[in-house]
Amino acid sequence: MGDVDEATTLRTGTPPATGDAPAPAPEPAPEPAPAPAPAPTGPVIHRIRRRRQGSVIAGVTGGVADHLGVDVLRVRLVFVLLVAAAGAGFIAYAALWLFCPIEPRGVPRAVPPRERRQGLGLATLGVLLAFVISGLGGQLSGWVIGPLAVVVIGVALVWREADTGGAAVVGETGWRSRWLVGRRLGLLRLLAGALLVAMGIAVFLLGNVDLGQVQFGVLAALATLAGVVVITVPWWMRLVRELGSERRERIRGQERADIAAHLHDSVLQTLALIQKQAGEDTAGREVRRLARSQERELRAWLYGPPGGDAGRPAGSGDATLAAALATAAGEVEDDYGLRVAPVVVGDADLDPDTTALVAAAREAMVNAAKHAGVDEVDVYVEVEPDTVEVFVRDRGRGFDPDAVPEDRRGLAGSVHDRMTRHGGSVRLRTAPGEGTEVGLVLPRTRRGAPVPQEESR
Amino acid sequence: MTEPAPAEEAVSVVLVDDHALFRRGVRAELESLARRTVSVVGEAGSVDEAVAVIGHRRPDVVLLDVHMPDGGGAAVLTRTRPDHPDVVFLALSVSDAAEDVISVIRAGARGYVTKTISGRELADAIVRVKAGDAVFSPRLAGFVLDAFADRPGATGVVDPELDQLTRRERDVLRLLARGWSYKEIAAELVISVKTVETHVSSVLRKTQSSNRHELSRWASDRRLV
Repeated sequence: MGDVDEATTLRTGTPPATGDAPAPAPEPAPEPAPAPAPAPTGPVIHRIRRRRQGSVIAGVTGGVADHLGVDVLRVRLVFVLLVAAAGAGFIAYAALWLFCPIEPRGVPRAVPPRERRQGLGLATLGVLLAFVISGLGGQLSGWVIGPLAVVVIGVALVWREADTGGAAVVGETGWRSRWLVGRRLGLLRLLAGALLVAMGIAVFLLGNVDLGQVQFGVLAALATLAGVVVITVPWWMRLVRELGSERRERIRGQERADIAAHLHDSVLQTLALIQKQAGEDTAGREVRRLARSQERELRAWLYGPPGGDAGRPAGSGDATLAAALATAAGEVEDDYGLRVAPVVVGDADLDPDTTALVAAAREAMVNAAKHAGVDEVDVYVEVEPDTVEVFVRDRGRGFDPDAVPEDRRGLAGSVHDRMTRHGGSVRLRTAPGEGTEVGLVLPRTRRGAPVPQEESR
Repeated sequence: MTEPAPAEEAVSVVLVDDHALFRRGVRAELESLARRTVSVVGEAGSVDEAVAVIGHRRPDVVLLDVHMPDGGGAAVLTRTRPDHPDVVFLALSVSDAAEDVISVIRAGARGYVTKTISGRELADAIVRVKAGDAVFSPRLAGFVLDAFADRPGATGVVDPELDQLTRRERDVLRLLARGWSYKEIAAELVISVKTVETHVSSVLRKTQSSNRHELSRWASDRRLV
């Protein structure tokens, strides 16, 4: 299947209606032309995509009209006339239905009711025309035409249902679960379609075949098989399509992994080297700070938030404690030019309490950066079912907690107050010359359970 | 270098890293230290070279880069360990990814430090792994704690001897993750430094041989899928 840039193909340009699903691309769609014309820019191969909204049977004529840039009415007329030509219209319609994918959900379209009425009328006209012509021709008796029509209607019903049953939702859920789960009405229509097909076949066999028992049995089995094959065609097609898109996804993922490996081996190594080799003067410290900040950003892009595990995609949001803490640590690193290495065990959602915890931890890091006189601060976070603990540790000057100097007011004030307001506590271990460790403990029995760790990554 | 007493003999080290610049940097840093506790006896820039150099020089400790072409540090470990069981490996990496760290530990490295470590700390770590200790950076301690955590939904324990940490080991790991030194940990838990070392070694053994899902997942995820 051709790989088409969907965003380009779908520039239908109709005024945005309230779509039932999020639009795939935030296209501004500035020109509100009523007759949608495909943007003829570039060498992009435009495929016909059947319309999802405003279709009478399967959106084939609409898709053709979009593709050719003509009015739907004309396309429909041509199809009806083709039906008159020995049923060629029927076959063309069915073929297009099969081989053209439906457009993704959420393409905004305003279908005037008049257009819909006309389409319905024309479709009926086409079907009637087929009957009349076959009747006039006389090669086929009513016993053939009647059941055949029933079969065709049944097939149309089933195919239609298969279309609207979420063909555009390419996700992890299997195609099977998508149409089996929920949507009782769809299932009903499906059953009705299958029933019609079965009925048509049965009537056809009973009325036309005058054979022995054995031959009849064989024929019946074959006919049933044919019926099942015809009915399940849309799902086979979809399976093939999804296999294709899955393959594309996999290739893309592979490419990304290769890029990551390359960046890791070259750029990260160099940044580590720069940090080691930079001198101790002001310029050297600045270089080190820059290298550190770049390393952190690249690392976050490659592996997800630092301190957590790889496999969580980068940019999966700042919605967790680990990510927020990593951001805070990064800010302190940048602002004060020292290394803050957060190690996080477990993770939790951000709520007002944990947000306050992050703020308190940041305050403790800033304190260490300002007063301890060190170039590295260890941060350790452990999320347990009933508590969250954060330890901020430096190996710097330390101080006498009983004689808190003026410049340590920040710790006593904002950190302590913040924690007690949210039901937590602060444990301080320090002595002159022995470094400082600020331990923040926050009970978390009140709100939700810990983020499930195992499968959500 | 004059002839020091055997007890004072410097630990011989082979550097394995595919970045020549980085090898030079580490070498310069180790050799500029005031107390020469470590001497670099060889360098290698690829897996094949590393296997050859290690076989030839028989160093006490190999400083091993996790990421290299042709399989990386884990490949060096699997190819040299059967022939040279007495050579100790210390992983040195810019990577912070759990699967990198855990996979090289499970391949047999006795410790893991990041490349931004200072020369003095690196020399200390080398001396310690030579003496039989495990070297756990705070990050590695965090990963191991995470892997052995008993969370709802975690896989069941098959072998309690290997799949669970004792309370004491957990306490030691926690303090390691907080950035404490062995001496500080010993003082805090009122045990001897030797006991701390025993606990850490035991944790290392469990990390290497446990079949916990988290560990084997981290170790195998990388190139297979």
